[in-house]
Amino acid sequence: MSDLEDLYREIILDHYRSPRNSGELEPPAHKAEGFNPLCGDEIVVYLLLGDDGTISDIKIGGQGCSISQSSASMMSAAVKGKTPEQARELMTSFKGLMSIAEKGEELAEPTPAEIRELGDLAALRGVVKFPTRIKCATLGWNTLDEALTAVAEGT
Amino acid sequence: MSPGPDFAALKKDFPILATERHGKPLVFLDSAASSQRPTQVLDAMDYSYNNAYANVHRGVYGLAEAATNAYESARLKVARFIGAPDSSEIIFTKNATESLNLVAASWGRANLGPSDAIVLTVMEHHANIVPWQMLQAEKGFEIRWIPLGDDGKLDLSNIDTLLDGAKLLSFATMSNVLGTINPVEQLVKAARKAGAVVCLDACQSVPHMPTNVADMDADFVAFSGHKMLGPSGIGVLWGRMELLEAMPPFLGGGGMISHVTTEGFMPDAVPSKFEAGTPPIVEAVGLGAAIDYLEAIGMENIRQHEIELTAYAQRTLKEKLGDAITIHGPSEPSERGGVLSIELQGVHAHDISQVLDSHGVAVRPGHHCAKPLMQELGVNATARASFYLYNDTSDVDALADALAEALSFFAI
Repeated sequence: MSDLEDLYREIILDHYRSPRNSGELEPPAHKAEGFNPLCGDEIVVYLLLGDDGTISDIKIGGQGCSISQSSASMMSAAVKGKTPEQARELMTSFKGLMSIAEKGEELAEPTPAEIRELGDLAALRGVVKFPTRIKCATLGWNTLDEALTAVAEGT
Repeated sequence: MSPGPDFAALKKDFPILATERHGKPLVFLDSAASSQRPTQVLDAMDYSYNNAYANVHRGVYGLAEAATNAYESARLKVARFIGAPDSSEIIFTKNATESLNLVAASWGRANLGPSDAIVLTVMEHHANIVPWQMLQAEKGFEIRWIPLGDDGKLDLSNIDTLLDGAKLLSFATMSNVLGTINPVEQLVKAARKAGAVVCLDACQSVPHMPTNVADMDADFVAFSGHKMLGPSGIGVLWGRMELLEAMPPFLGGGGMISHVTTEGFMPDAVPSKFEAGTPPIVEAVGLGAAIDYLEAIGMENIRQHEIELTAYAQRTLKEKLGDAITIHGPSEPSERGGVLSIELQGVHAHDISQVLDSHGVAVRPGHHCAKPLMQELGVNATARASFYLYNDTSDVDALADALAEALSFFAI
């Protein structure tokens, strides 16, 4: 498989062409916007928590390249029904896959179990060979992180 | 008429153009961001470091004198190259961004107040927007914007109203996104009528066509060395002497003073007043060598070559990609530079650039540091291919083939 085919796996192109959970949510859903200052891509995450404290709905807006759009689409499918803590754990695994360590922590390769948990998202591992695209792949996650913070702070 | 230069033979002067990317010959189409440089420039810089290097304007020993002479002879070359009446009006900076910041921080801070207005265009690079916005936050003046009209050109229908009472008009001679060559003569005339000072961001035009600052009748002209075959780390600000003399210094330090006591300082004369600290000495030598190279080919010839290449690219890309491709900017090649901002139906600029890179073709994706313009165009990113004297039709063909690949790769 060429690096390019590895980067653009069929599952990624599928999420790009048919993004899951695309759209907007009205308040009381929380909203966070993320920008990639290098290319001007933007992602909006709308987040609604249910009475049981899990993510009951999530929608993704904005525009960007196949990597940022498919990553956000896969992310939205992966975190739906999860608690904020579980969503953050998934984010840490995903960032590990992208060779990014959380602040103050050692970089840990995700375990096979964590990769299984990532599901479709594991298809994005080819991105790591293209350092400029890692920012594309993590844009949605960083925006989700902000939305989760907003939820926790009740803003 | 003597035969024109052999552009096809120029590639061999640029060692990097003989290298490969991902096993494919490098097709470099990002000169609007930064050009490559010929061995003549690299050799001149090598010679300077190996044989004639010392700090300038300080030592009395022969080596320091040789370095000073080389640095000052570069200033003379730049002055001649852009038709400056007096070489003391050439100020060496780090890049065009610093040149524009110098104008804002020195002339702007001394001349702009809360009741004033300045005029910019929506097609400016951030380098000609943000320095003014930074000063605006401090001084509270108004910034008015010349809007975009049809075919990637400025809408000048309200130019006199916009300039009415304005103290400054600052604009790009050529858009780094659209390639549009703005009507300098018309704009400068309108600014003069309104009594406004004129500052030109000439980054994209100076490397690609003849420039004469005296004919342009502007007050400030900024450009970068690295976009015109020179090294990175050197830029130029040309300014009208009477304005430069009246302006306060920009950065403080050694080299820019005539006298310092514990009580205060006296600035040196222009241009030293604006060149604090050790300047880009060898970079100036490299820029001088770049100018020698460009002059040997002739700026008129370079302009003609790029018009022909742009016309060929417009034709070839349309033929190959049809309705799937949008090329922003003026449709008439003589009204634009060799800068093609491309959109491909259903394929994001990042993805275009990624596929092109795998074919050895280097283009730039993104907003090109011109977000207000991108907003006006209603796009958040384009893939930009830009040409220079070392590009030829084979580069355009490689671009067209790679774009066709990207289109089929991402086709729904």
